[in-house]
Order: sequence, then structure tokens, then C-alpha cells
Amino acid sequence: MPINFLGAVDKKTGEVTDSGHDLHGRSFKGKILVFPHGVGSSVGAYTIYSLASHGSAPAGMVCKKADLTVASGCALANIPLYVADDTEYDSLADGEQLRLPA
Amino acid sequence: MHAVQVLYLLCPPGPVELTAEEEAALAGEEGEALQTAYRILLATGEATDAERLVPVEWAHVSGVNYNTIGDTGEEFLAELSRSARVRTKTTLNPMGYDSESPGGHGVTAEFARRQESIKESYARLGVEPSFSCIPYEIYELPPEGTRVAFAESNAAIYANSVAGLNTNKESAFSALASALTGKTTYAGPPPGPDAAVHMGIKDPDEVAFGLMGFFAGKLADGAVAISGAGSPDTRCTKSLCAGLGTSGTCSRYELGEGQGLERVDFGREEMQSVHDELSTAEGGDVITLASPQLGLGELGELSAMLAGRRFGKMCMVFCPRAAQNKARRLGYAATIERAGCEILSDCCTCLTPLISRDDVDSVITNSVKGAYYLKNSNRVGVDLRPLSEIIKQETERG
Repeated sequence: MPINFLGAVDKKTGEVTDSGHDLHGRSFKGKILVFPHGVGSSVGAYTIYSLASHGSAPAGMVCKKADLTVASGCALANIPLYVADDTEYDSLADGEQLRLPA
Repeated sequence: MHAVQVLYLLCPPGPVELTAEEEAALAGEEGEALQTAYRILLATGEATDAERLVPVEWAHVSGVNYNTIGDTGEEFLAELSRSARVRTKTTLNPMGYDSESPGGHGVTAEFARRQESIKESYARLGVEPSFSCIPYEIYELPPEGTRVAFAESNAAIYANSVAGLNTNKESAFSALASALTGKTTYAGPPPGPDAAVHMGIKDPDEVAFGLMGFFAGKLADGAVAISGAGSPDTRCTKSLCAGLGTSGTCSRYELGEGQGLERVDFGREEMQSVHDELSTAEGGDVITLASPQLGLGELGELSAMLAGRRFGKMCMVFCPRAAQNKARRLGYAATIERAGCEILSDCCTCLTPLISRDDVDSVITNSVKGAYYLKNSNRVGVDLRPLSEIIKQETERG
């Protein structure tokens, strides 16, 4: 599901706090976060930057579509962001090991 | 392992075509702040397949409320403002409290200190202290077709759909980068609708428009065509823009059938389902009106609706300072306050520390966007109802 970084994520722990989200209660800290795209508040970019400052950011993100909030947050936080096409994206399974090109 | 396309965030040049001056700034020749700004523009440009950078006449920046940007954001802005200055007209989103009564509603001294630091950083950058999420209602609009860079999502959608301006649905950082460089990324003409929604509710009020926006935002990527909506008034239009901006990535809507697109009905059933997702309580301890903030016209309507009536519980009304000052001169503010409301400026319903779950279990509001953030960020219950019903049920003659 799309992620609203402002309002649905704990910026200190990297946990998804939105009870309606399919990643609810899980932390993406140090993992590769795979989600279609960001939604909602433009301030979510600060949340991504804060996650990195707290050491709780994902090691990388894979999106289907990069939106400005996620792209600018990752740019400032130095988090690698990958845009996968539909086939690639759909082939990713939860928990699998993934190596992102450096 | 899967091969995934690499989006180069740090290594220029990508497909975004930069001028020699832009390349030099990206290389750090104009200092660290501009280098960071161009890095952000390049990253967002590549993410959205932008062709080049284009000038903007106005940037509207979000990321002002200490409650949302925290210590990391405060420190980032303090550092940035040591050397950087904006290069275009730049206005600001709401912050965490009303600067004329910062100690109210249990705002801590620590919160106020951090919030003041953020305010000072933006002042040093040369940003106008508007603290409003409705810049389109408090500033004179530039000519149609003017390119601006608005971060606040309801304002970006309003600018593109109603005000005839052009903006990307910018992020807090990309709008800040636009303010510092006077430029934004250009990814071609505005997107045409990729989804069509039909308003199947008869005589829809602002809550119906907000819920329909929230529903449509989940369906459409770039823009949505909306039919059956008649000519929504200001309150309904703002509610639609805010709902649409909260749930999805859409940057505009247009009223019409949306040629060649399959029409999705927004009827009673669809509205109930979105309502159930956002409205979680029956009744509330506090009423909040706004998100987006109320403009002068809405304050006038509110004062007419409240004449001779009194709320039985606290009602917070959020509006820009400029609108509040005019409402005082016109007598609207006196009527609204006499009805038991508190008028607050510089801040808004969304993500304000003024509404805390320590004091409040649930909130009554007519804002769909407000409901989403009150539920998910402030973690309080929400009772979503249109303004007319709120006034009918929560006020008495007196």
C-alpha cells in the first residue's frame, strides 16, 4: 500500500503506525522498503530525513513510481531509491534478500 | 536478486538538462546551500522524468510546524539559514501554535523555543511569515498560466485546478529548493485525467466533497475528472482539494466527464465506506473548524450561522492572521467569539499540538483532511460532520 510518511510512520523507530496499513506494526529500519509510492503530506520528506538522523531509515527504497516527497527526502537523507517497473515490482516477495545496485 | 532500474540521486547528469550555471551550482561553486538545493531538484526531476528546470514566480513552503519536522528539521533549517536566502517570493505553511498566544493549550516552553527557532530560520531565509495553508486566498494571484512551486497539497491542487496556475505537487524539500534557486522541475504540460469519478450524492455538502476527494485520490495518479458536482462553493472546493491531496498523488482535478475514461460512481455506499474509515467516534470533547484554514468569506458565513447561538463545548476556528484581522474589522470575529469559539491564526487543525490525546478523546470536525491526521497523528477519535449539522447539534440559542 502507498505510504503517507507524515502521520503513518514513527520517525524515531521506523515503525508503520497506521492501523489500516498492510505493514502496520512492522519496522523498516535497516531493511529495503518496497511500496508503490508515497502519498499525502509534502512534509513527509522531513520524516524521511528524520528517520535517517535517528538511524531508523530503510537501507533503501523500491517504488513503482517516485513522487516528489519520497524522492526529495531520500536525496537529502542519502537513501538509495529505486524505481522498478511493474513486472519487477510484482516479482518482489516479502522477506526476500535483495541487493540494490550501488 | 532482481535487476531494478537505478534512479541516480547523487550522480549528475541524468536526463534533466541543466544549464552551465546550474551545473556549476550543483558542483558547489555557489556554496553548500545552493548545492543541496540543486541536488534536491535534480533528484526530484529524475524521479518525475523532468526535462529541465524552469523559473517560478512564487514558492509556498511546508515544514514549519515543530510537531511535524522535529529536532532534525529545526536543526536543518537553522544550519541552512546561516548562509542561504530565497530568490523568489516565498510564503509559509502553518506552524504549531498562534504566535500571539503561544502559551495556550498546554504548549510547553521547550516546544515554543524550538518553534521560535524554526520561525527565525525562515525569517533569516527571507520567507514571508504567512503561516497559512491557503496562500491562494490571502495573496493576489499571479496571471493565469504562471508557474509556482506549492508544497502544501491542498494549495497545489487548488492552484492547478481553480486558480489557473501551474505547480508540481511539490514536497517540503523541493519547494524549499525552488525558493532558494527560483526554479522548479518541468516534466511537460499538466497531466490529463487518468480517472473519472461521478458525484452520485444529491446536494453534496463539504464533507461529501472531502470524502469524494479522498476516494478519488486513491484512484487517480496525476489528475481526476469529476462529473455531477455542479459548481461547488469555496468551502466545498477547499474540502475537495484537501481530501484529494491527502490520500493520493493527484495534482489537479477538472470538472467534466473525462473523455474515454471509465466512470467510477461515488454514491451512498462508497461515501459510507470512506466515512467509516475516517470517522471513528460518536461526538467529541472539542470542535475544530479548518484544514484548510477558513478564509474571510467563510468567517463571514460562520458568523452569520452563529448569530444569536452558543456552543456547548470548545470550538477552535483556524484562519490566516490576515483573515482574522479583517474579520475583526468587519465584526465577524466578535460574533464568532460570542458564540464561544476561539479564533486561532498561524496554525491549523492538522498536526497541531493544541489538540492532544492527553486532554481530548475525540474531536468533532467537518474536515476530511483534519480527520485523517487527527486520527493517525494526534491519535484521537474523530466525529466527521458537516458544519451545518455541527452548528445544529452543538449550539443553542443564547
